[in-house]
Amino acid sequence: MGFSKTTSGRGVTVVKVEGQLIVGNRQELKALIQEAMEAGDRKFLVDCTQTAYIDSSGLGALVTISKKIRENGGELRLAGLNEDLRSLFELTKLDSLFHIAPSLDEALQGF
Amino acid sequence: MTAPLRLHVRRSGPEARDGTVAVDLALPSDVSEVETAVELMARHCFAGLVPCARTAFRLRVTLAEALSNAILRGNHENPAKQVWIRAELTATAIRLSVRDEGDGCDATRRSDPALPPDLEDDGGRGLFIIKSLADQVEFDDRGNTIWMTLPRC
Repeated sequence: MGFSKTTSGRGVTVVKVEGQLIVGNRQELKALIQEAMEAGDRKFLVDCTQTAYIDSSGLGALVTISKKIRENGGELRLAGLNEDLRSLFELTKLDSLFHIAPSLDEALQGF
Repeated sequence: MTAPLRLHVRRSGPEARDGTVAVDLALPSDVSEVETAVELMARHCFAGLVPCARTAFRLRVTLAEALSNAILRGNHENPAKQVWIRAELTATAIRLSVRDEGDGCDATRRSDPALPPDLEDDGGRGLFIIKSLADQVEFDDRGNTIWMTLPRC
């Protein structure tokens, strides 16, 4: 459970969220992405294929991170959300804030 | 190192209503304990059942939200203060409560948030999400205990 970071062949930083993104670990995700931004990364893909649930703190962390990435000329995309997670983004209208792709491959296209 | 969280399970005990099973868990005001507490409660709330994924998701998210509120806003992360969870289980429903040691908050601030907050706000979605995912949500008069009812299957 936790976060792992890899780089795709297209120069996109892929951050995999395993388990949950909640109040107890959101700062860890923020720090990981901040560190990557300071190293020059600008394109981020959050891989949710192994994510069980996200709470409002986790959603807030994604909003904050996305804002910072945009301010630095980059973009954050999400992919692989299960049906429940997808409905949570729709419920909070955050599906209109993020580029959400069904799969990693589709998220990477045109990134 | 903190002590492991311990569950207390009572079957139709004096504090549980007839025919119900009560599961109690106390945890310190530490957000790093939320994940463990949620998993422990989920395991016991669905013991002997095969919950549908949707129900298990609703329980995990609403409980994580309520614990987050209790630890951050109720107890202000004071390590000397605790948070108590109780689940009353019937054959068909889970009645979950989360209580903190805070002073509670103004009931008017607990009004029904019919709409999510502004998209770019990083906070303010917790109660909206709880009210959207739980079948029923209530607060005690003091405002430091939330009750959430969910289906059990």
